[in-house]
Amino acid sequence: MPMPAETDATSPKHLRDKYAIVGVGETTYTRGSGKTTRALGTWAVRNAIEDAGLKPSDVDGVLSYQSGDSTFSTFIAGDLGIRPNFYMDVFGGGSSTEALVGMAMGLIEAGMCKVVVIFRAMNGFSQVRIGGTGARAAAPVSGDMLHSRAYGWQSAGQMFSLTFMRHMYDYGTRPEQVAAVKAIHSEHASNNPKAFYKQRFTVEDVLASRIICKPLHLLDCCVETDNGTALVVTSAERAKDCRHPRTLIRGVVGRCNKPRTDMHYQHGPISTVAGKYAREILWPNSGVGPEDVDITGSYDAFTFTTMLQLEDYGFCKKGDGGAYVSDGSIRLGGRRPNNTSGGHLCEGYTHGLNMVIENVRQLRHDADDSCPVGPNGKRQHTYDYREGGCRQVKKCEVSANMGWANPGTGSAMVMRNE
Amino acid sequence: MATQATYLGMPLDLNDLDVENVAYFKHCAAHDFHLQKCGACSLVRYPPTTACPWCASPKSDWVKVEGKGEVHSYSEVHHAIQPAFKAHTPYLILLVDLDTQKGRPTEHESLRVVGNLVTPDGTLAPPDTVRRVGIGTRVRMVFSDVSPGLAIPQWTIDEGAAQPAKPWRYPQE
Repeated sequence: MPMPAETDATSPKHLRDKYAIVGVGETTYTRGSGKTTRALGTWAVRNAIEDAGLKPSDVDGVLSYQSGDSTFSTFIAGDLGIRPNFYMDVFGGGSSTEALVGMAMGLIEAGMCKVVVIFRAMNGFSQVRIGGTGARAAAPVSGDMLHSRAYGWQSAGQMFSLTFMRHMYDYGTRPEQVAAVKAIHSEHASNNPKAFYKQRFTVEDVLASRIICKPLHLLDCCVETDNGTALVVTSAERAKDCRHPRTLIRGVVGRCNKPRTDMHYQHGPISTVAGKYAREILWPNSGVGPEDVDITGSYDAFTFTTMLQLEDYGFCKKGDGGAYVSDGSIRLGGRRPNNTSGGHLCEGYTHGLNMVIENVRQLRHDADDSCPVGPNGKRQHTYDYREGGCRQVKKCEVSANMGWANPGTGSAMVMRNE
Repeated sequence: MATQATYLGMPLDLNDLDVENVAYFKHCAAHDFHLQKCGACSLVRYPPTTACPWCASPKSDWVKVEGKGEVHSYSEVHHAIQPAFKAHTPYLILLVDLDTQKGRPTEHESLRVVGNLVTPDGTLAPPDTVRRVGIGTRVRMVFSDVSPGLAIPQWTIDEGAAQPAKPWRYPQE
């Protein structure tokens, strides 16, 4: 689509299309990586730099996010021969990806760096389990946790379920509507050779799987995996010399919160999430609206998180999220596919970074599916979305990624191709 | 001196530096529910904090608050994370709107107090009791004693209150 011509140099619009994601990289999505997070991070960052057509010595900024479960930027930089002019390891999970892209833009805009790599390395299955069993369940309960973990209210599923349940009460959202998210993402994953779970599931399979904590069945929950993932951000100008067609950043919003932040459940409606606030920054910054978006990456820690964010970012009317995720809109071949890699529910759990990687590849028209590679080295996409087939979205010019930390905190980013 | 105790297999640690929580749980140990009332704007807040989330005033007084309210939302846990909870599944996590200060300072706000559904003696409720509770159920506060000097607030069905004909529950039992 033609982008609105915005030339007025008023913050924040003047950053539209000034920065680009030029490299993406990951390790195999596994359960049992057999590697340290330092090794996973090294491989992911190396792969992303290589994908960009750059050398480690071209990179001068390193950002990462973690929650006491990973290596640090300085180790990865040292191991790969990167000499950072800036590094930072931030605490946090799924709201970090897009937020750190915004920070990378800020670092370059401030003249502190020229090329910034962002990574997340985790053994989310074999070391610190993301579901909360093991080390996290055994830690002493103190401070604010005396009002949460003491009640067996600890895992992400348990913490978020009060929001999910209230959405069903407030809007009549039905279990089979939400289960469609898993069914659809599993269809996408079946066309993704690197997905951890490639098996297709039906809505009935989801509803027949055991209850974890109502309203979540086992198959409403994402997979726990081990993996490293990375992105390379630089200026749009510098991006012209990189390997792939440019993926330009239209706008970002980072770690935007509901009132009371961590105590978001004190401020209703609790069936509304941070996207309601983030959209007021995302769309004006990007100069586009939901109707302009061809493909979404709405965080699927759970089927419900995908739905709640699509709804609160304005892809449908408030309360219609259940209908939107189950009417075929978000399926490959639908009007706005979501998480075409299979996302956290199927491909692997990365705290959001793999969903950005996927949309960069989609915008490059280079989804790594099973379509044959032509003589020009490019995949010859068939747009036949049957099992084991294509997963490239045919018309794919503008994407939106929506990261989720919890109902109270989220981040988002709009990207486009040329 | 810091209070350390074990509750359902979990080590609880109440640090002396955490003065607001120390005061909160001191009242709980006496089976008394107190919250901080702001010395400037007079709003009561939960959970305990150093400053008022509405006006940022550091001044507050502990006031007795009636432990009665209505279930705003819940989760019914069938797969416990903490090992000692497994013997009690399914258990309920309740988010309860207190009657005190409901709908203030805005219509979307209430004092929403978390707890499990328990029997009046403070033990996690059995399955037949769990199935009676949903959004709209009237509950009253009781306490689970953890150790001398430490108890945590919990919720039990308020048998004396007018209950909804059928509280809203997740459709799949």
